[in-house]
Amino acid sequence: MSEAPPRPVAPQPLIGKRLPRAGVDRLLRGRGRYVGDIVLPRMLHLAFVRSPYAHARIRSIETAPALARPGVAAVFTGRDLAEHCPPLVGVASNRRGHKSAPQYPLAVERAVWQGQPVAAVVAGSRAEAEDAAEAVAVEWEELPPVADGLAALAPSAAAIHPEIGDNLAFEHTILAGNPDAAFAAAHRIVAQRFVFERQTGLTLEPRGLVADWDPGAETLTVHHSHQSPFQMQDVFSRHLDVPEHRVRVIAPDIGGGFGLKINVYAEELAVAAIAKRLGRPVKFIADRLESFVSDAHSRDHAISARLAVGEDGRIAAMEVDDISAIGAYGMPLRFNIAEGMMTVTSTGAPYDFAAYRARTRNAYVNKNLIGMFRGVGLPLACAVGEVLVDKAAAELGIDPVAFRRLNYRARDSLPCVTPGGVRLDSVSFEACLDKLVAMMGYEALRREQAELRGRGVYRGIGIATFIEQTAYGPPYYGPTEARISVQDGCTIRLEPSGTFRCVTSITDQGQGTLAGLAQIIAETLGVATADIDMISGDSAISPYGGGAWASRGMAVGGEAALKAASALRANILDLAGAIGQAAPAELDIVEGQIVRIATGSAVVSLADVGRIGYFRQDTLPQDFDVQLSVTKTHVANHQSYYVANGVHAASLELDPETGFIRLLGYWAVDDCGRVINPLLVDEQIRGGVVQGIGAALYEECQYDAQAGLLNGTMADYLAPMAAEMPDIAVAHVETPEPSTRLGAKGVGEAGTIAAIGALWVAINDALRPFGATISHQPFTPERVLDALAAARAGKPAEN
Amino acid sequence: MKAPDFRYARPGSLAEAYALLAEHGDAAVPLAGGQSLMPALNMRLSAPELVVDIGALTALRGIALDGNAVRIGALARHAEVLRSPIVAEHLPLIAEAMPHVGHVAIRNRGTFGGSIAHADPAAELPACTVALGARIVLGSAAGTREIAAADFYTGLFETARRTDELVLEIRIPSRPEGEVCAFLELSRRHGDYALAGVAAVARFEDGRMRDGRFVYFGCTDRPKPAERVLRATLDGPPDPDALSTAVAEDVDPADSPGLRAATKAHLAAVLTRRALSVLQQRRAT
Amino acid sequence: MSAAGSSETGGHAIDIETIVNGSAVRVRVKARQHLADFLRDELMLTGTRLGCEHGVCGACSVLIDGEVVRGCLMLAAQADGRRVDTIEGLAQSGALSALQAAFAERNAAQCGYCTAGMLLTAHALLAESVPLSRAEIRAFLSGNFCRCTGYQAIVDAVEAVLMARHGRTPPE
Repeated sequence: MSEAPPRPVAPQPLIGKRLPRAGVDRLLRGRGRYVGDIVLPRMLHLAFVRSPYAHARIRSIETAPALARPGVAAVFTGRDLAEHCPPLVGVASNRRGHKSAPQYPLAVERAVWQGQPVAAVVAGSRAEAEDAAEAVAVEWEELPPVADGLAALAPSAAAIHPEIGDNLAFEHTILAGNPDAAFAAAHRIVAQRFVFERQTGLTLEPRGLVADWDPGAETLTVHHSHQSPFQMQDVFSRHLDVPEHRVRVIAPDIGGGFGLKINVYAEELAVAAIAKRLGRPVKFIADRLESFVSDAHSRDHAISARLAVGEDGRIAAMEVDDISAIGAYGMPLRFNIAEGMMTVTSTGAPYDFAAYRARTRNAYVNKNLIGMFRGVGLPLACAVGEVLVDKAAAELGIDPVAFRRLNYRARDSLPCVTPGGVRLDSVSFEACLDKLVAMMGYEALRREQAELRGRGVYRGIGIATFIEQTAYGPPYYGPTEARISVQDGCTIRLEPSGTFRCVTSITDQGQGTLAGLAQIIAETLGVATADIDMISGDSAISPYGGGAWASRGMAVGGEAALKAASALRANILDLAGAIGQAAPAELDIVEGQIVRIATGSAVVSLADVGRIGYFRQDTLPQDFDVQLSVTKTHVANHQSYYVANGVHAASLELDPETGFIRLLGYWAVDDCGRVINPLLVDEQIRGGVVQGIGAALYEECQYDAQAGLLNGTMADYLAPMAAEMPDIAVAHVETPEPSTRLGAKGVGEAGTIAAIGALWVAINDALRPFGATISHQPFTPERVLDALAAARAGKPAEN
Repeated sequence: MKAPDFRYARPGSLAEAYALLAEHGDAAVPLAGGQSLMPALNMRLSAPELVVDIGALTALRGIALDGNAVRIGALARHAEVLRSPIVAEHLPLIAEAMPHVGHVAIRNRGTFGGSIAHADPAAELPACTVALGARIVLGSAAGTREIAAADFYTGLFETARRTDELVLEIRIPSRPEGEVCAFLELSRRHGDYALAGVAAVARFEDGRMRDGRFVYFGCTDRPKPAERVLRATLDGPPDPDALSTAVAEDVDPADSPGLRAATKAHLAAVLTRRALSVLQQRRAT
Repeated sequence: MSAAGSSETGGHAIDIETIVNGSAVRVRVKARQHLADFLRDELMLTGTRLGCEHGVCGACSVLIDGEVVRGCLMLAAQADGRRVDTIEGLAQSGALSALQAAFAERNAAQCGYCTAGMLLTAHALLAESVPLSRAEIRAFLSGNFCRCTGYQAIVDAVEAVLMARHGRTPPE
């Protein structure tokens, strides 16, 4: 026992500290290891033959010419794999009427979207596989495609999958209060149509996996660019008939996820099935052209909505009707009815009104599947609500900020359940709005806008209020029977020399969640973050968990880390007490030393605790139970989700001659509960905002009349680059999540949820002097010009 | 997206290059900077039997002032053209266009001759060559010939270059005294191909435009002098409706996904008015 | 150095001599293989990433004779007689250390996939030795796609290093 000078006993606060990520240095040196970098002995490369048609019968597939090509090991068709791999079915069992056709790993008798894989070639190199794929002779019989959601739901529409009846995947209606009466009695009604074009997630690292079946050990190991190794462990196990404990899914570094890589891709199942057949590792990395037609898409909605407002400026009712064109199949596990559902449940959520009617209809079309992507339906809910709110304010001549203050749910009305069915308990709309208007200089911007209008310069200011449901809990996925874990776990182990190793089920695709967890653990344990190694992404070695989706890393994973670190701390203090003959309650860990709280004097070092605990148990009491590795999990059994919120604003200038929009500024006030690391949180918000700006201004999948994708390259599908993006100012309000110790709610999707709405409102604000409105996103120059032309012609602004 | 297999040759002399092209005809493609050919190969839009890398042909490099003309070698990199004091002084239109050509990495490899030969109707440089009355020098085993830029671009990605020919250099006459230029383009993002653009030169006398060229890009199938626009603007400020009509007729756009022909014509007309304004301002200084 | 990596059985090939990260490399390359694939698959220099293979995203950026280019838009064969520098070599030499420190401080690298391209392009920006405005910095970086950061932190980092070089401090 050493006599050391007195040390401070307060723990170094690391939670909330703006710390750079230790894990970033290797990325800055080019030492990231992504799935495309993985090379295994005797590895083969796979290329798919994809349907060039949105809808076509496969009359025959002749594979012999491909098999004869140099370097080719095997060629598989849909029939080959269907024998050994049951299809995926993306249906939520608790949603009455939800239906989907089964989706085989490779199309068997028909292709139902352009890009659907129908055959797979495996060869010594990707180039050789592509050469051979060109030699696969498919005899196609083109069939008429169903290209559009509304058309798909027409009574006369041909059913894409006749075996399930029609093209209606699912319908859900909401009725609260008496909207008919409210609209009939309304002082004013504002209405708008909204078209959200189809988008693609565009992670810079494409999807990919290396599947490795070891026939000797009968184990399947899959290196997978995926956000949830556990989910895929389950999918591979069930569909390839490998006992789950013999399936291991490892996520290496991942070059962006954003929800794109949480989905279940039938073609990835095909890769694993093929690896199992061949007994050699098989690598598939989607190239960029493939990504455009096979990565799960998002959005693709047509929405009609209206809002009734009283003379006093109070919202009386809202009504939303959504059609969501979800592609050719239900998304397995990550059901693609979610966008429509979230749109109708969450539109108008920040506002105090009781009468609400909403309907979502999800339609099958001959296009790629819609899947999960950042924000899911919440960006739509925000945009629809905020555009209508802004329109109502303009209609009544009330300033949009004042209108929002008048109508926000008051703090003292919480907790409440919105008419859409969302439970809100700790939201902070007013506080966020207050901070926002101060930070952006709202009044000055309005004055400047008015002055510039007089000089023929048209600026727009848009405010967008949003809620973000995060960290979905068991009540959300459980009843669907989807085997999706919403718990997360954390194992923390003291190493004998006094440092720590943590294995977490949370995964990190660049958000920095691992760094945030390290801060939580380090503060709790009284050590430096540099003393902790974070390990994640391996379904075999970490506690079972959910991985990264729905902004859950800190909210759930952080709570698990807090629990585990607290428990380990207690065990360490127990052992330190036994070593130093002190009561554990009198001890604390500070900067790697166990100290007496009362005096600050050191009792024993962590290194000695480790040494004795692992190697000198003979010096401990006989019945002392050494437990220097602790696993804890966290899940809120009955909590459907947490709710974060915020208010954002955008300022832009519109050139009415060209329809071009220039972004001048963006401000984000966000309440994600307790902020673990503002450096990480701010950058998540900024990245999310820019994805939302991309959606608002640039991103759309363009199709021809035969549902063939026209702009499937990065030159033609426009995504935001640095020159056009504004600087984004970020500020925080912190209303801790009341149900957890940590109090973090989640923030990953916030930027994207608000940004489309903020820009939509801002553009309509800029167009207001012309009597024009825009209703079709993205807001291309042509759409802006069309809106202006429609206003000049006195036509209703429907474009 | 791996290119299909092909043979590769890197001739050390023009004669060697000509011989390869003559022998293989359509089955061979010249590789200069690669910024247009490589995407086509990687996407398997192009599947030649032979790629002839002309990068070793040093005779095709360089930018020089030669009497009354600026000679830009086919292999002059965009980055060199951007930095060239000769271009800055003698070809201000091109100097103004260069920052719009792609991004720094593209400009470090892409070549002037490559851009001309590729003839992307949305590209900046072909339009500039037409506006400046450039002459394209072509060479083959059969000899060399010159063709006016206005005659060189024959259609969408089509030129008068035969498959056995190489672009050797582009000769641009020195600008007449008092000529002013304007280069405007509308693109969604910095460095993108233009939705609509205009490269214009003009000569004024006593405040009126006496001569000039307007060449559109991005909204039309190939760069050519806009004769109707010129007629509408000579001698005095044009009637706005007449100008819009002239623009629409000269540009003669087609529909593209997300951009209708009428919108292209409209944007071209807006740019034309703005270009005229720039030309007027520059004339005065 | 002999060619390692992918086991392709046929195809045309050319012998080249090049210098990669300062080391002489004499090797037979497949005619059709682009430079980025050559670096990744044959030399195991995987820091150069593939994001699009059609020259738009910038993830494959490398230096050729000191100038930044798209690795996917060059044939490996065209590296003959040239000097190639990748993120690994530049990181090792310390040429990027100011930029790397600035990136780390501002969380300008999230998933890391665009990072090599961004660093090499920023390196090229600094090499031009002219003070650029923030808007000009943004324009210079516009050939590099990032999906994670929204660019601001990267622009901040580059601006900070640029200003320090020219003896100024960036605006707040």
